[in-house]
Amino acid sequence: MGIISLAGVDIDVWEGGSGPPLLFLHGAGGFRPGPAFLDLLGRHRRVIAPSHPGFGLSGLAGWMDRPDDIAHLYLELLDRLEIPQLDIVGTSFGGWIAAELATMQPHRLRRLVLVAPAGVKTGSRDALDIPDVFATPADVVQRMLYVDPDKFRVDPAAMTDEELRIMLRNRESFALFAWEPYLHNPKLPHRLHKVTCPTLFLRGAHDGLISAAYTERYAALFPDARVVTLADAAHVPQMEQPQEFSDTVLNFLRGEV
Amino acid sequence: MRAWHFSETAYHLLPPADTYDSIRVSLPNKHYDPAIGADLYHRFLDEWLLAEDEGLDIMLNEHHQTATCVDPAAPLMLSILARQSHKARLLILGNPIANRNQPLRVAEEMAMIDVISRGRLEAGFVRGVPYEISPANSNPVRMNERQWEALDMIVKAWTHHDGPVSFEGRFFHSRAMNIWPRPYQQPHPPIWISTTSPAGAARVGDRGYVQATFLTGFDGTKAIFDAYRSAWRAAGRGDHVPLDRLAYAAMVYVGETEAEAHAGAEKLLWYVTSNKVPPHFASPPGYVSVEAGVQMLRGAEHPLSAFAKAATVEGAIKSGIMMAGTPDQVVAQVRAVYDHVGGFGHLLNMGQAGFLEHDETVRGIKLFAREVYPRLKAFGG
Repeated sequence: MGIISLAGVDIDVWEGGSGPPLLFLHGAGGFRPGPAFLDLLGRHRRVIAPSHPGFGLSGLAGWMDRPDDIAHLYLELLDRLEIPQLDIVGTSFGGWIAAELATMQPHRLRRLVLVAPAGVKTGSRDALDIPDVFATPADVVQRMLYVDPDKFRVDPAAMTDEELRIMLRNRESFALFAWEPYLHNPKLPHRLHKVTCPTLFLRGAHDGLISAAYTERYAALFPDARVVTLADAAHVPQMEQPQEFSDTVLNFLRGEV
Repeated sequence: MRAWHFSETAYHLLPPADTYDSIRVSLPNKHYDPAIGADLYHRFLDEWLLAEDEGLDIMLNEHHQTATCVDPAAPLMLSILARQSHKARLLILGNPIANRNQPLRVAEEMAMIDVISRGRLEAGFVRGVPYEISPANSNPVRMNERQWEALDMIVKAWTHHDGPVSFEGRFFHSRAMNIWPRPYQQPHPPIWISTTSPAGAARVGDRGYVQATFLTGFDGTKAIFDAYRSAWRAAGRGDHVPLDRLAYAAMVYVGETEAEAHAGAEKLLWYVTSNKVPPHFASPPGYVSVEAGVQMLRGAEHPLSAFAKAATVEGAIKSGIMMAGTPDQVVAQVRAVYDHVGGFGHLLNMGQAGFLEHDETVRGIKLFAREVYPRLKAFGG
């Protein structure tokens, strides 16, 4: 689909597959076409995947600094694409954006899938709900993200300058949006009761960032949410278990979970 | 040339470095003994006052959650010196205003110190090293934007005297600024900014503030001062850039003999050799530009780690980040950097660090003040 200008910000929107529309909101690592799960979803769905402001090839505006800024932009995108109602799948940081968006126009959502989402503070003020990824050695974070960390390790030497640029800019933009309050919007829990559509929380059993307890407490804030755990996955189940991930998501979207 | 005595007021009595991951941010403060810390504070204050007696000016700075600089509230330390000193200029370099939530409070602190010292404050502002991000809970992205906006707000608060004025910026807001006291110096205390990059220096030169740079060596310092001078001229401030606009910080130790000087200088090197910091604190996302980040992933040095490689006295002298030796040698070493970078008007002497004891520190300050400083004052004349 290419670049679409929204509120003066150029957003790079990828589109693939066919079927009823599905908005896919990527996590902190950014969006890249190619992984198997996108192909599997695309066999049944028209997948629309914007790169968030400051990520990939998308622009960024000086006034933007919180995920609800991004959610507002995507409501405009849906208007522009003339999509009155749709399903949304958001992973991790993208799950937070999806939750924000859902509170803004709850009737626009048919079904919502949140994969290891951030966005709320559910526990004690005396401990972080989510480990501080900015204060943790990179190899430890990698083990929190993946069951098989070596398989997904990035090698800067094997990347082009442009790929490195995008990786670093993604990292910077993630910090911009997620820094403080750390990975949550204190107001979001008080808005989620409006999100009445069926909602699925999908979590990898070995996720070192988003705990089972956090997920249960987050899901309890939604009127109609359930939690499904994938056994052999961590924070990025769509990459480590693409088939099981896609089956679970598509079954849920069909009303079969 | 003016010379300033500078100490980071370190707490150096630490367990072996292989028992901790980082000397900054996460080193448990159980390793800090407050009784020893009290003695150290009084000792360092005494050394600043002694430096003043010897004719030097006074400089201090601020860091957080670190044993390398136990001065997390530099205005508090400076306020003691404002009362106890009598003639030295008092340089705070500086206030980390990108990491502080209330620029107005900083304006008030600085005005108070300026009044108590009867107009001896030199008000410095810094972006802060990357390890300050986590202690301040401060977003590493858009720090430059925050720093410059905060400074504009502070200058506005300092320079309006007819009742409340407002400031509604992108990051900072005040509905009614009307500070009491107002600064002693008019229109406001001299403003200093530190930077270690030419791009940062250009912005400082454009404004005409004093530019300081730390341990950037021969070529790094030249690039920074050149950028400052170009921007100064481009802003229409005239062809002549006064020397007092430029400051250079180096480790400085003078001895009666070269051997004595190098023994002291060896201890000063603690400042660079002790700085054990893991990458996740040294390189928070967004602290350096994306382009600089790509270069670092391709093997370029971290801008703050280049000097750690010069971790010998000879190496540090050779790279221009240390001046150590007999009075004659130190004059020649300062001269070499001075000539290479196109001159500067302030030498910021890191004259105490780590295991350099009180009597050694005092001896170094006195020898510098009596045997070296008179000859540096003639530079540029």
